[in-house]
Amino acid sequence: MSDSRFVYVIYIRTTLDKLWQALIQPEFTRQYWSETWHDCEWKPGAAWRLMAPDGRVVDAGEVVEIEPKSRIVLSWRHEIFPELKAEGFSRCTFLLEAQTESVKLTIIHEIDKPDSKFIEGAGTGWPAILSSLKSLLETGESLVETRKWPEGM
Amino acid sequence: MDIAFKALGDASRRHLLDQLRAQNGQTLGELCQHLDMSRQAVTKHLRLLERAQLVVVHWRGREKLHFLNPVPIYEIADRWIDKYERGRLALLAELKTNLEGETNE
Repeated sequence: MSDSRFVYVIYIRTTLDKLWQALIQPEFTRQYWSETWHDCEWKPGAAWRLMAPDGRVVDAGEVVEIEPKSRIVLSWRHEIFPELKAEGFSRCTFLLEAQTESVKLTIIHEIDKPDSKFIEGAGTGWPAILSSLKSLLETGESLVETRKWPEGM
Repeated sequence: MDIAFKALGDASRRHLLDQLRAQNGQTLGELCQHLDMSRQAVTKHLRLLERAQLVVVHWRGREKLHFLNPVPIYEIADRWIDKYERGRLALLAELKTNLEGETNE
């Protein structure tokens, strides 16, 4: 294969409306995504930045596609570690689909490059973030390990 | 969670997950090449893994690709492993792998 990709799925007992808010609003992301928040206007072509609590830019890119409560496609480049930044832009798709009693959230993160270290690293981080997002929406509490920005990062 | 344990409680299905871990995003044909099982048997195992959400299907054009979805395994681990134990457990697992070699069934 000439590219690297992962596809993660999680079912969350919530509504499209709540999940959409939880994905984009800083007051939610800070709770389940290690205190980070999106600096973005959420419209096609808008700049997108994932911000660390200390003000550094963790990842950056732009909104390629957006359909409220249904789909976000971001171009996404890592900005902190030079070797990962050098891999260039990846593409991250968020898909929301209403089920009978839950919402199916699919995350597809891919880059046109074999054996990408960035995709490998991102792939390790997503399960914790997604489980924590689910916990936050279903119980009101995110998972402890995703509440703080990692020390020394 | 029951279905995740059921799906994991079978050596052939764990082997399928190992295949996807080594090379994510394989077609049914690609998966069958490395396995000593009929295509029907692989299809059946994949269906159960999909129901358990351990495998996710993603279409690329007309190709049906299978991806390992570790989210349910993370949820199982999170239920019983305290966050302060994680680092120590990772060290112990690494020590075991180094001493025993990578032969896990």
